[in-house]
Amino acid sequence: MINLFKIKGQKREDAANANGRAPVKKQSAGELRLHKDIGELNLPKTTSISFPNGKDDLMNFEISIRPDEGYYQGGTFIFTFQVSPSYPHEPPKVKCKTKVYHPNIDLEGNVCLNILREDWKPVLNINTVIYGLNLLFTQPNDEDPLNHDAAAVLRDNPKLFESNVRRAMAGGYVGQIYFPRCA
Amino acid sequence: MANALAEQGKWRDLDKLLARPGNIVGHGFEHSPTLREEIGEYVRVLVVGAGGLGCELLKDLAFSGFKNIDVIDMDTIEVSNLNRQFLFRLQDVGKSKAEVAAKRVMERVSGVTIVPHFCRIEDKGLEFYNDFNIIVLGLDSIEARSYINSVACSFLEYDCDDKPIPETIKPMVDGGTEGFKGHARVILPGTTPCFECNIWLFPPQVKFPLCTLAETPRTAAHCIEYAHLIKWGEAHNGKAFDADDPEHMQWVYSEALKRAELFGITGVTYSLTQGVVKNIIPAIASTNAIISAACALEALKIVSGCSKNLSNYLTYNGLEGTHIKVTDFVRDMDCLVCGPGTLIELDTSVTLSQFIELLGEHPNLYLLKPSVTYRGNNLYMQSPPVLEEMTRSNLHLPLFDLMGKVPKDIINVSGTTEKDGKKTSCLRKLRVVFKGVVGGSTDMDIARSS
Repeated sequence: MINLFKIKGQKREDAANANGRAPVKKQSAGELRLHKDIGELNLPKTTSISFPNGKDDLMNFEISIRPDEGYYQGGTFIFTFQVSPSYPHEPPKVKCKTKVYHPNIDLEGNVCLNILREDWKPVLNINTVIYGLNLLFTQPNDEDPLNHDAAAVLRDNPKLFESNVRRAMAGGYVGQIYFPRCA
Repeated sequence: MANALAEQGKWRDLDKLLARPGNIVGHGFEHSPTLREEIGEYVRVLVVGAGGLGCELLKDLAFSGFKNIDVIDMDTIEVSNLNRQFLFRLQDVGKSKAEVAAKRVMERVSGVTIVPHFCRIEDKGLEFYNDFNIIVLGLDSIEARSYINSVACSFLEYDCDDKPIPETIKPMVDGGTEGFKGHARVILPGTTPCFECNIWLFPPQVKFPLCTLAETPRTAAHCIEYAHLIKWGEAHNGKAFDADDPEHMQWVYSEALKRAELFGITGVTYSLTQGVVKNIIPAIASTNAIISAACALEALKIVSGCSKNLSNYLTYNGLEGTHIKVTDFVRDMDCLVCGPGTLIELDTSVTLSQFIELLGEHPNLYLLKPSVTYRGNNLYMQSPPVLEEMTRSNLHLPLFDLMGKVPKDIINVSGTTEKDGKKTSCLRKLRVVFKGVVGGSTDMDIARSS
């Protein structure tokens, strides 16, 4: 129950006298949770991270993956992360900035990774997303494709898929599409 | 003479609650024939949202004796609102919801002053929210509720015994509706769970796999989301999709239709497109009326003490009959938003690295490898290496300086701690108070001795 007598007696002066400083907004719970995830990052040796807006903006960062095995060995792939204030209730928004010939990444940079959408749970974190992205390069799969041409080639002709990936990473055409060099 | 009688008649039921003693009154309740007038004169209430719940709330609060009401809403009136937001008419479409709602209620209830604010909740400073004695929410998103909750809880202060200081408690009543279902909850920061304490109750939003959208759509919603998420990016390179722009919505609708035809899927309509893209569930007036009535009643009880408060979470389901259940949720004492955190008293000379060592030895914490953040500034990050390098230079600086020389404030730390023999990672809220600084420890000692 609000003490009405206190409210009656209390005027603006009371509030002004209390601390002498105006109340300042604190960090949101989402930002704090992100701070924890970043502070505990355990990056595999294939992955590095950078913060384009400096050390105090953890909500926008980039990671760079350099696979050391599989079809994409030797290439460098950049992903941007955008974390919303509702993190961890919403997954981070991840897009691939490098144009890549991949069954699960389309030419706009959309990434088909289950934990980024339908399988996201607040108990997951940035580490798990980075792990999942690394898996995309070591285990590309043709079953849920965003790039159905690449998926079809992977499924029917793995040798051709391998050479398409090499050509794309070195800078060249696969079919009608040009891929800038990223190796 | 007739008017005076009518006035008395109008308040007859309310006065029965406020002017008479009772058996289920709140703790400390003092009935009085002038209680209703005092509420009208001294209490300021803020209604957040002037939509489905907001309109009902303004009416209910005005009829419950509140005379100083503010309402804030950034939206304008649309035709689809008119089935339940009864303060609006067809000729009001396009105008500010807050302004029209305020005007209409003031026309119907004499003596009430409603101040509308046509802006975003984030556009108001903390002092604005601090001026109110109680805040009632009629919002429609988790983000907005989270924001208001963090603002209200930021006023909360604890004494040295970790008890909430009563003058700093900003009560909130939060209502929400979705189709036939709704909820009403009472939030007394420091006593009942805040919004963040129970945020895990929310189920995850329905999201379709991108590959389903791209390769194997089966439903109308898949076609719409394909157009919205994939095709839009391809066709409008760089331009952001605006759900409130009818041209954008029309484009998504026609693309969705084309895709549906391609896959032989039926059911894509313009209104379904809006619903899927904006995540809208059709709203009905009765749910809003029921929930806002519960909220307004709780607001009256909190302000007057005329009956025991709802304790503390009411859920309503009107799908088959009317079913109401009240659950008494408990607070999360480790809640980052409303929890007391751990009190730590420091000398102003303590450096950041000494502070970090202290955390490892503190009996409540035993925190290892902590990362420290203060008001959005990352003072020290253990990982990744690039951030550790950028923040390493702060380690030998006094924490007092790094915190802008304030006498006391909240600081957050993350790290690993051991629980039942297992190492777990955790996030902790710390109330840091500096000794010998005006407004810091000395004030608390004076309070304790008097």
